[in-house]
Amino acid sequence: MGFITAVGGALRDLKSMFVGLRVTGTNFFMPQETVHYPRQEVDTLATYRGHVELVASDEDPAVARCVGCGLCAELCPSNCIRVEAEDPPADSGICYPSQVGTEMLMPTPKFRVAPPSQAPVARKLLGYHLTYHTCSLCGLCAQNCPAGSLRFSSNVYFAGPGRSTFEIDLLARLRKQAGIKGE
Amino acid sequence: MNMDAISGELIRLLVALLALMAFIAGNGMLLLYVERKVAGHVQRRPGPYEVGPHGLLQALADAGKLVGKQLATPAGADALLFWAAPLMAFMPVPLMFIAVPFGENLWGLGTNLGLVLILSFAGFNVLALCLAGWASNNKWSLLGAARAVSQAVAYEIPLLLAVLAVALMTGSLDLRAVVAHQGGWPWQWNVFVQPLAFFIYFVCAVAETNRAPFDLPEAESELTAGVHTEYSGMGNGIIFLAEYANMLVVSCVATVLFLGGSQGPVLPGPWWFLAKMYALVALIIFMRWTYPRVRFDQLLNLNWRWLMPLALVNLVLTAFFVKLWGGA
Repeated sequence: MGFITAVGGALRDLKSMFVGLRVTGTNFFMPQETVHYPRQEVDTLATYRGHVELVASDEDPAVARCVGCGLCAELCPSNCIRVEAEDPPADSGICYPSQVGTEMLMPTPKFRVAPPSQAPVARKLLGYHLTYHTCSLCGLCAQNCPAGSLRFSSNVYFAGPGRSTFEIDLLARLRKQAGIKGE
Repeated sequence: MNMDAISGELIRLLVALLALMAFIAGNGMLLLYVERKVAGHVQRRPGPYEVGPHGLLQALADAGKLVGKQLATPAGADALLFWAAPLMAFMPVPLMFIAVPFGENLWGLGTNLGLVLILSFAGFNVLALCLAGWASNNKWSLLGAARAVSQAVAYEIPLLLAVLAVALMTGSLDLRAVVAHQGGWPWQWNVFVQPLAFFIYFVCAVAETNRAPFDLPEAESELTAGVHTEYSGMGNGIIFLAEYANMLVVSCVATVLFLGGSQGPVLPGPWWFLAKMYALVALIIFMRWTYPRVRFDQLLNLNWRWLMPLALVNLVLTAFFVKLWGGA
């Protein structure tokens, strides 16, 4: 009895070998997935995560949706975001994270409740600086932005000769893009 | 025997050896290219592509690189044995080809013991791998050598038994006689009389040449590169060349013993021989990129529990029917 089951098992295993050859055989003749990079360029960028970029408001493509709350800079575990915004209205009574003064030397991600309880009072954004070479692309900033003003760019062919290339002023970048689009 | 006959035979042998060396070296590069192309296409990538049109010159560039590299002897290694091993792996290979009948009148040495010649010189490869592993003064190499020896010793037995069944049927150890015993059409080939022997021979041949899924002596993921971990430049190159040449030898022998050798309709013999040989080589290459490596206990179990008894049963049945109907 054991002998018969052993033979049956061996024949089944043998069949699986032919199935394996069929799999590799069909793959052999299927079209390739490789993109020959310098001659061709990648076109499907839907899933690509580049550096974060500012999302323009619906009214003006040169103005970001950002409300200047500074939550992104607060949450960033790599401490690579710096938000410059004008002072809040004195009577608003809202405390922004960027006003509290975070421990800059040893930042720890503080996963606070993302949006403030009140609707955030917009502050004018003066500058948005990203130090991309320390960014780990975790996405906490884009995930927690109360104004929906951050997203990953699809800037695939981003390369540069030194660190300074990767210290980006995102607000200037947004304005430049809007200007190029507007022309 | 007069001197003219001797020198004539000698010249013929030298020419044959030279031609076979060129055949082996050319095939080494060709098969390296084909192997990498097949690996690429099976995994839906192009394989070598940048050097020459469709990467055709890649193998040539690799060969040039290997030749140009420094030959380093590891500290504590036995230099003499260490460098003798690659030569010992490669030298028997042209001698194995010399008895193979590539066509009706195309062979290096017309001997009536061609099969014995090939099988005995095939044993050298094991010795070479054993020496290479031992002389390297490297534990991975030594483990690879131990695996190579136990694997080769185990798989040689069913291989010989499978070959012996064919030899019994033909009544000859002369490869030309084995070819002549078969016909040009597929149903006249030995593989239809001896399918089990062919299967056993093929599995054992893949194991004997240390090709995946039986590439345990090399086993990159466990032993870095097994027996040739410590070899640089052409030392490594020659061992690789010997591996590919051995693959060709086993395909040649399978073609002669089971697939009707150089016989076939319309086309001249050597073309049929090459077509059958390359078909088998392509199958071996495809198998490498299809199957995962077996574990060592699985390897030995397959041999001692399946191939050996099957080969013995096959041999006994063959002997019985040959006795009954007179064989050849």
